Parts: sequence; C-alpha cells; structure tokens
Amino acid sequence: MAHYELRCRECGKTWGNQPRSICDDCFSPLEVSYDYDAVRAEFTREKISQRAPNMWRYSELLPLPEGYKPSLSVGFTPLLSAPQLAQQIGARRLFLKNDAVCLPTLSFKDRVVAVALSQARSFGFDTVSCSSTGNLANSVAAQAARNGFKAWIFIPADLEPAKILGTQVYGAKVVRIAGSYDQVNRLCSQIADEHRWGFVNVNLRPYYAEGSKTVGFEIAEQLGWRLPDNVVVPMAGGSLITKIKKAFDELIALALVEAKTVKFFGAQATGCSPISTAVKAGRREIEPQKPATIARSLAIGNPADGHYAIKAITKTGGWSEDVSDAEVVESIQLLAESEGVFTETAGGVTVGCARKLVRDGRISPDETTVLCITGNGLKTTDALADSYESETAIAPKLIEFERFLETTLELPEVVGA
Amino acid sequence: MSITVQIPTALRRLTAGVSNLNCSAANLGELFSVLDEKFPELKPHLRDEAGEIRRFLNVYVNEEDIRFLGGTSYAFQDGDEVLLVPSIAGGTD
Repeated sequence: MAHYELRCRECGKTWGNQPRSICDDCFSPLEVSYDYDAVRAEFTREKISQRAPNMWRYSELLPLPEGYKPSLSVGFTPLLSAPQLAQQIGARRLFLKNDAVCLPTLSFKDRVVAVALSQARSFGFDTVSCSSTGNLANSVAAQAARNGFKAWIFIPADLEPAKILGTQVYGAKVVRIAGSYDQVNRLCSQIADEHRWGFVNVNLRPYYAEGSKTVGFEIAEQLGWRLPDNVVVPMAGGSLITKIKKAFDELIALALVEAKTVKFFGAQATGCSPISTAVKAGRREIEPQKPATIARSLAIGNPADGHYAIKAITKTGGWSEDVSDAEVVESIQLLAESEGVFTETAGGVTVGCARKLVRDGRISPDETTVLCITGNGLKTTDALADSYESETAIAPKLIEFERFLETTLELPEVVGA
Repeated sequence: MSITVQIPTALRRLTAGVSNLNCSAANLGELFSVLDEKFPELKPHLRDEAGEIRRFLNVYVNEEDIRFLGGTSYAFQDGDEVLLVPSIAGGTD
C-alpha cells in the first residue's frame, strides 16, 4: 500500500489514490498527505546525499507509484550565489535557484509534469493534457513524447511563438483557444468531465503540485541543510509558493533541518496581480483580474491557489509585490548582466519584486534570501525585441574594426599617461 | 425570460443526475434559491454560512466569470448560459 493518499484540505476526508482533484463531499481541493513515520528511516540527509543529483532523490516525499522508474533526470538545478546582483539591489546574501536550466524543457514545470505523468501511467491514461500559459505546455509535450503518451495541449491563442513551437515540435496536438488562460482553464475542467484524459493540472493536479516541493527540498539541501530567511517566488496560479512552504515544513517535521519561520514573498506583474493586490489590501480572498502584461507565463487572473498563497505569505510575515512591464524587461537585463543568467519574463518579475522588497525594507539585506528563477529567457525573447538595436555589419578588415572601435566606444584613459 | 444552468459532473450526485435546467431567475441570488428548492442536497455547497458564494465554486455567464459582470448584482439576460464550475486548487496551508 502506498504511504500517501489524497485528503481534502477543508473537511479532511481521505480519497485513496485516484485521478481527482475535488472532494465530492465539500467540493474543496484535495492534497496528497503522507504517512511520515513510514519514510522517517529512509529519508535522511546521509541517504539522500548518496543518490543521483535529480529530484528523484526526494522520492519518499513524492507521490510516485510503487517501483516507478523515471525515464528522465529532472531537477537538481544550481543554487547560485549572486553577489553582483545583491550589490545592485542593496542586499548581501542573495541566491538564485536557477530553474532556467531545469531539464528537459528549461522551466520548473518539468518537476510537476514528471510527477503527474508517473501517476497518469498508473491510472491507465494513454493521453495526457493540460491548460497552459506556455512552460507547462512545453513540458507536458516533451515528457509525453519521452514516455509514450499522446498529448493534447490547450493554450491561449496569444502565447509567445517560441512556446507554441516548443510544444508542437514534440508532436503534441496544440489547441489554441481564442480567450484568456482563465477561460482555457475553465474549458479544460469541462473537457476533463467528458474525456478520459489525464489532465496534469485538473484531475492529476494534487499529484502534479507535489512536484513543486522539490524546489524547496533542493534549496534546503544546497544551503547545507539549512533554511533561508526569505524566499521570493513568482506567482501565477499560486501553487509553487505554497509547495515550497510545504517542503520546508516537511523537512522540519522530519528533523532534516532546524525549525525556522521562512518568510515567503510573492512576486507578480502589476498587469496581473490578483494575489499581491489582495495581500496589500489585507484581504484573504482573490478578486479576479483581466491580465494585461508581457509576463504571460504569470497571466492568470483567477489563481486557483490564490487563497492558499495569501495564507502562506501572511502567516510567515512575508509580503507580495508587483512590477510594471518596463521593470520586468529592465530586471531581465539586470540579472543577465550581473550574474549571467538569462531568465524569461517571470524571472524578471521575481528580480524586480525582490529589488522593491529590499528597497522598502521588507527584506533585510543581511538575511539569506533565495530568488526562484523559474524559466528560461530564450523562450520569451520577444519581450526584449525593442531593447537592442541590430548592429551594422562591417567589412572583415582590421582597419574597419579599428574604425568601428573608435566610433563606437569611448576609449578609456590610459592609466599613468 | 429564460436562462440555462449547466451542472458539472462533480455536483450531479446532488441533483439526481440532472445536468442542466432552464429557469427564469433574474439574478444569482434567485438562481441559487431555485436550485436550493429543486436540489436541497446541493444547497450547502453553493453558499457558505454567511450566505456568500463558496470560495471554491466559480460561476460563469456565457464564458465570462460573473464577478466581471457585477457578481450578485448582475441581471440575467434572456438566453444566458450559466455554468457552475468547482475551482481546482492543489493548496496547502
């Protein structure tokens, strides 16, 4: 028997393991709960450290079918110290959790999809599906191909071309919907009612969401089995921030790290900021918005986990910020120029919000702060299209280059001259 | 005036399998009263103790979230299609 099962967050009723995300008794969301005593002996620092460097090293706290053999090495992305960025934004101990290089599709969504597909197989689905703002589409399409599933992917029609192409290339059936992500998502919950497909973020959602915890496990292990003081997390549906918190809470419960209250900070684009708006107004509930931002991977106006994200933020003494599209672009450039990390628009949101949070004194510069960089800049290059002029070509002659140098650069004064 | 209400699978256990119905409710409050009367078992799942729409229930009118149309003050138009959709969250405390 599995050491985990679905449990209703609100009424506590258990549902075993099945493709379902809602409690039939009270219509509240289901979550995976674990028998922690069953894993205590195996889930130790020593044993984990001997395992391969990927997210499967935390298998005991993931809802995987018994004997599951993953076909891909996912996760265990670098935790980078970021001293130059820290200096630029007025902090001192800053780290980047760099899921821009998560495999196989360069976003943190690879983690959640990897877990969801393990269950899709055990539930007997031959087709997997999702509604997506892009990164999830890429990941479901790629991992479906790798694992022999058919894939149907539902996206808002205005998605970035790179994200559409990066889904089609894996042979997935892409359905473009003339509407917002929230409308796509609503449609998918209706389709999931009619078709026996494994929708990773509908009927497989409780399993899927658990994959996000590995971001938190890795941060703690990479800090030497310590928790940071602050975490800054981009928020779309609001699930990631709650799952990083769950990961930290589990590590504390299993005594792998010392107990500590980590402050959770949520980052949004001002053009789609239902969660940060609620936090700033002191509200516990979400008022949906119509998204208008270049950060399309975060453009969810009615975040399913918004209520829980607000709780994670307010209960830990954190805060939520939002930044304009111009700040998003500027922050992408700041991160790339200071640390050599090229992130997508969501990462620009995270960096921009972190800068505001330090400036406003919400994050203390001397504390250890981790910024979650969740996606890769190569997928959203259109956001930077107007930021750089294309250089005029010069002839392949040294003299041409010297002339170019003279006209382009202000030559530095020669030292000691 | 007549509107149509679609009941999602998750709620049909409480409506004896009924998947849609027509009625002449003028607004969301009246619609809930109609549903309360027809399907008493459904009643506690629509509104909480304070009478507010339940957190995990979304109401759409012709594909639009009713909260964008004024929520409970929206006056249904003839032919409106109303969808009740439980929201899908994977939350944690």
